[in-house]
Amino acid sequence: MSDKEQKAAVDYSAFPDATGHFGQFGGRFVSETLIYALDELQEIYSNLKDDAEFQAEFDRDLAHYVGRPSPLYHAERMSRELGGAQIYYKREDLNHTGAHKVNNTIGQALLAKKTGKSRVIAETGAGQHGVATATVAARLGLKCQVYMGAEDVRRQALNVYRMKLLGAEVIPVTSGSKTLKDAMNEAMRDWATNVDDTFYIIGTVAGPHPYPLLVRDFQSIIGREARAQCLERTGRLPDALVACVGGGSNAIGLFHPFLSDDSVAMYGVEAGGDGVETGRHAAPLNDGIPGILHGNRTYLMEDENGQIIETHSVSAGLDYPGVGPEHSWLKDLGRVKYVPINDQEALSAFRNTTKVEGIMPALESSHALAYAEKLAPTMDKDQIIIVNLSGRGDKDILTVAEIDGITV
Amino acid sequence: MSRISQQFETLKAKGRKALVVYIVNGDPSPAATLPTMHKMVEAGADIIELGVPFSDPMAEGPVIQKGHERALASGTSLRGTLDLVAEFRKTNNTTPVILMGYANPVVRMGYQQFAERALEVGVDGLLTVDLPPEELGDLKTQLAERDIDNIFLLAPTTAPERARLLASNASGFLYYVSLKGVTGAGHLDVDAVKAKLDQFGELTSLPMCVGFGIKDAETATNVARLADGVVIGSVLVDAMGKHVGQPPEQIAAAVGAIISDIRRGLDTL
Repeated sequence: MSDKEQKAAVDYSAFPDATGHFGQFGGRFVSETLIYALDELQEIYSNLKDDAEFQAEFDRDLAHYVGRPSPLYHAERMSRELGGAQIYYKREDLNHTGAHKVNNTIGQALLAKKTGKSRVIAETGAGQHGVATATVAARLGLKCQVYMGAEDVRRQALNVYRMKLLGAEVIPVTSGSKTLKDAMNEAMRDWATNVDDTFYIIGTVAGPHPYPLLVRDFQSIIGREARAQCLERTGRLPDALVACVGGGSNAIGLFHPFLSDDSVAMYGVEAGGDGVETGRHAAPLNDGIPGILHGNRTYLMEDENGQIIETHSVSAGLDYPGVGPEHSWLKDLGRVKYVPINDQEALSAFRNTTKVEGIMPALESSHALAYAEKLAPTMDKDQIIIVNLSGRGDKDILTVAEIDGITV
Repeated sequence: MSRISQQFETLKAKGRKALVVYIVNGDPSPAATLPTMHKMVEAGADIIELGVPFSDPMAEGPVIQKGHERALASGTSLRGTLDLVAEFRKTNNTTPVILMGYANPVVRMGYQQFAERALEVGVDGLLTVDLPPEELGDLKTQLAERDIDNIFLLAPTTAPERARLLASNASGFLYYVSLKGVTGAGHLDVDAVKAKLDQFGELTSLPMCVGFGIKDAETATNVARLADGVVIGSVLVDAMGKHVGQPPEQIAAAVGAIISDIRRGLDTL
């Protein structure tokens, strides 16, 4: 059997399996104290996921609160300047709260509401998922506490204040490396302690089963829309998809509805930091090894003793030592190619996109845009690339100014 | 018979409750652990759970998290912990030693390599907080082939059906986590513990030890009444943290004093 036939033989919709595994990845590596909570969540979700009323409510919120469908924008000037494939941006930056994160928090908040739990908690790195959680909590009148690494609280003061305005309490986490992974540890501890009245809204396609499944399902609206929009606008499917990967929720959201379309190539872009060869990066799929963290088996950045190591990226949202287990599986299957983009390349794409298209992308999304800049010139003018423009860049202005040596 | 099962038999014959003690290897310094282990045995500890530090100890409260951080800062690893057990066994061949930690360091070392070395140095059991029976894979066989006990946690939220599954995968003893949450957490409801233990007791003949939230001789004694033994952790790690920078003998003495006090309480039963 050829490689291509092998790929076609995989039924992507059948994963994760009933025990939450994508091949050797995923699963449920948690303390016994959390098993009950995960069982409960799994049951709630399996009862609701095909429930017409639940889906209708989710779709209604996405349309009237989030503002979906998000546009598929033809970046004509950028395409012309690069002189290759036609580039389209999936404009998740135009969602309410400015990123794709809200698709998932709307979905999980509806689950929380169905369970009758009065309190939601979340972890956040850059603060985008925290803001998206605080937003839906405000709307539903739920008590909300957000765990955020003390280092990130300092770096992302604007989002911290935003969450406070929305009525959420931001709890700085001072353990470990004081960043996203430690915030996730702390949220897990809170959940284990307060499982009776608390719903944990995880922000990415990582964590123990069923989180990678349900977050993917909620984010898949991105790819379903993009597929329909592309067919309607151009009469054909795209040739390539490009999305950044930290935990990987925006990438899975775009990729998943296209996985069985063999003609569509996919590129997941990891944070190369100072360069993968320097070791200072956040690219476990390019330079990691399978291991166990945060409840699932996946590629990780760790030392020779199995200790998780600190990551580096100019983009706080990609600064995570693990990755969603489905990405690890897609990498090993060869269905998606994972490539690194370093800090300088991402910053350059941030500036280019702003100047050429009048769109200021998040630094996370700038990694995907930077790879598209490399990929487009290698393709024909009648070919199509869809880039997931997963968030807007307003939150990053101070970071960019600081790099430029400017005090705003 | 494993050293752990042997110990429970001996205790039963003497009518004594098991005192299981937990410290993190390498906390607060590599030199402190070995003398502290010997001191704990001298002060009345029956089984030692030696914590293997991990960068992301998800099930630990703030006290034990700090213990892990101090141990990592002093360069402690799983391989080093196995070496330390070999040292301990040079002068103590009876007190069971269980390694307690998280899956990833064991995964990184390799299940077979770990089990081989664990047998070689005299490790008696393994408690991997984030490896439930469903995810054990090959580790189960690797341990069983060498008579190394696999210890599992039971929680207040564990349903009877699941408790049966855990018990069927476990050997040595079962560890009941007496409250929802993390190590070192708040107040313990002794009546609730009793109700759960009565339920679990019908499902398994393995000895049952209770931990999480036991802070002093009084609580330990109240809980021990209901079980085969108690596990003391956070209060010891807290003491280690208060003696950072002091000579190993002084640290060992401080930890030993806490254990003697609890032992006296247990022996009134």
